[in-house]
Amino acid sequence: MNALSCPVPLRLKDQILLGHGSGGTLSAELMREIFLPSFSNPVLDCLDDQAVVTINGARLAVTTDSFVVKPLFFKGGDIGSLSVHGTVNDLAMGGATPLYLTVAFILEEGLPTETLRRVVASLARAAEAAGVRVITGDTKVVEKGSGDGLFINTTGIGVVPDGVHLSANQARPGDRVILSGSIGEHGIAILAEREGLEFESPVESDSAALHTLVAAMLAAARGIRCLRDPTRGGVSSTLNEIAQQSQVSIRLDERAITVRPEVEGACELLGLDPLYVANEGKLVAIVAPEDAAPLLEAMRRHPLGAGAQIIGSVTEGNPGMVTMRTVLGTSRMVDMLAGDQLPRIC
Amino acid sequence: MKYIDEYRDPQIAQALVQKMAKQVTRPWVLMEICGGQTHTLMRYGIDELIPKQVELVHGPGCPVCVTALEVVDKAIEIASRPDVIFVSYGDMLRVPGSSSDLFRVKGQGGDVRIAYTPMEAVKIARANPDRKVVFFAIGFETTAPANAMTVWQARREGLRNFSMLVSHVLVPPAIRVLLDSPANRVQGFIAPGHVCTVMGYRDYEELAARYHVPIVVGGFEPVDLLEAISMLVAQLEEGRAEVENQYVRAVSRDGNLPAQRIVEQVFETAGRKWRGIGNIPMSGWRLRPEFAAFDAEKVFGLSEIEVPEPPECISALVLQGLKKPFECTAFGVRCTPENPLGAPMVSAEGACAAYYRYRRHTVAS
Repeated sequence: MNALSCPVPLRLKDQILLGHGSGGTLSAELMREIFLPSFSNPVLDCLDDQAVVTINGARLAVTTDSFVVKPLFFKGGDIGSLSVHGTVNDLAMGGATPLYLTVAFILEEGLPTETLRRVVASLARAAEAAGVRVITGDTKVVEKGSGDGLFINTTGIGVVPDGVHLSANQARPGDRVILSGSIGEHGIAILAEREGLEFESPVESDSAALHTLVAAMLAAARGIRCLRDPTRGGVSSTLNEIAQQSQVSIRLDERAITVRPEVEGACELLGLDPLYVANEGKLVAIVAPEDAAPLLEAMRRHPLGAGAQIIGSVTEGNPGMVTMRTVLGTSRMVDMLAGDQLPRIC
Repeated sequence: MKYIDEYRDPQIAQALVQKMAKQVTRPWVLMEICGGQTHTLMRYGIDELIPKQVELVHGPGCPVCVTALEVVDKAIEIASRPDVIFVSYGDMLRVPGSSSDLFRVKGQGGDVRIAYTPMEAVKIARANPDRKVVFFAIGFETTAPANAMTVWQARREGLRNFSMLVSHVLVPPAIRVLLDSPANRVQGFIAPGHVCTVMGYRDYEELAARYHVPIVVGGFEPVDLLEAISMLVAQLEEGRAEVENQYVRAVSRDGNLPAQRIVEQVFETAGRKWRGIGNIPMSGWRLRPEFAAFDAEKVFGLSEIEVPEPPECISALVLQGLKKPFECTAFGVRCTPENPLGAPMVSAEGACAAYYRYRRHTVAS
């Protein structure tokens, strides 16, 4: 895109906006126009949640993620447990068995030591529960006002079993789309506790490590093409990415997508679409049609996949486009948002 | 969920569609006023369900969209000042003024905060006595009572560091402009349910009688809209032009009288420029002179400015129902929600944005 040939009043790319971190089209634009041209290589260009590299015959999955969640503590988790789950899940979406984590803390001057202790204890508990070890780390402290209390970066390393090749560019027409459970819980739990948003909500974050669910899935079905955890930007952004990377169309059935009543209530109140709200303990699987039934059965036997449903299928035509059959039987697009969803005025 | 599920019920929707198919004998053009209704129509594909003879065109009822460029520029000017905390509803932040938007002001270090009610701004003002706190009070009649109450409360508390940039717009004058236009095609209106929750629908009775046009006060769920469309078709087919209320669970004829009283105390009617349409006399509310100390335009001594719209934008035609969004050459190409050229692409509830978000597949295929 050439800004000079485009007679629009505003270009968004002369300065970084919050929306550039939202997982929507603005994030994709950063990737396409700044990061990929500088770093492009065959591993990175796959654009999966993790990179898979072969070193001396061993297939290693590597991923990194930074956590800047506010507030630090929320119903169902905190920044410590989230920084384990997020990275473990990015490894798991490549079919990898997560083994090790590195943890880097960026602390803001003035942060109570007790807060750090609580976060570290939670991070350690989550790592132990997930069976991953924290093997190295780093600490930096920035001046008051240069950070927001506490940021964490974790890098994860895992091993990908032989024969497992999952990637968002492998969806084919006819494949089924499976979602592991109800959506929107993490985003609403966070929103409910944000400053200025005064509504009480019983919604807990779904933050969880999904690698044991993935292991059960890989054992049950060989025809899994792609796994993704729909975090920032929600299910819609994840499916749009898969549709674009595989150059296919995805057709969803609105009736098959589960939203818990308390999440639906909060979304109605705030004017948000749950399809765009973040999850931290759910996954989307694209699977060959003949393997859909056994996979679904295996997922439902696992506590983190008990609510799994087939929510749609991969089709030909309109590559990169996601559409949905609504509850009324009509058809609509499920677009990727530019930035964050903004609450409507009325 | 109660009050949601039954209004999205496919069987009830189907029954209404079948009823309509029996009612309709010739083509009719209907307009929903409110952007929330446009959003529902597109999200649920209601225009696909109803009989082909019934054409839906989309009205100017998206408050974010119709807020004049000049007002957005004023907001940006105020929000850029280092002594100001600027508080706004979330969806105003992305609205482009002539050279920037509030998100960018925030990116450049301006203290711009999103609120869900204007009372949050008062709370911020109390907590920051050394800063000037300004609330961006936009919207139709729906948001006016809360804004009025906030100013009233601020005055009662003697808050000296709180003010409002007011740009309220009113629905009935806009309907009058549409109906007075020689190019008007609209034969029946779905009146905005939320606005009528506050104001009731007596004003619409006058419009229905004067212009001999049926008006049905409608809700915002798919079944609400199907029922409202069906009621309009019935009136048109029978030659009636009355005001009927579909949204009985929320709207009464007189509306919310205490809310109207507080609005009356704080605001007075004034001319207002609508983005994409132009000046409409007596189509807005501004603060009464006795609340001048809370009027951000006066507090910051902002002068009147005049800003032209991009010439390629056909929003005036879209907002009057004369063109559909995808009939615009810029639609989806040079005009997108990321880079809107004009009002209806700006907010999720604008007609162009709703088509862009939910309907590109029908245009593409």
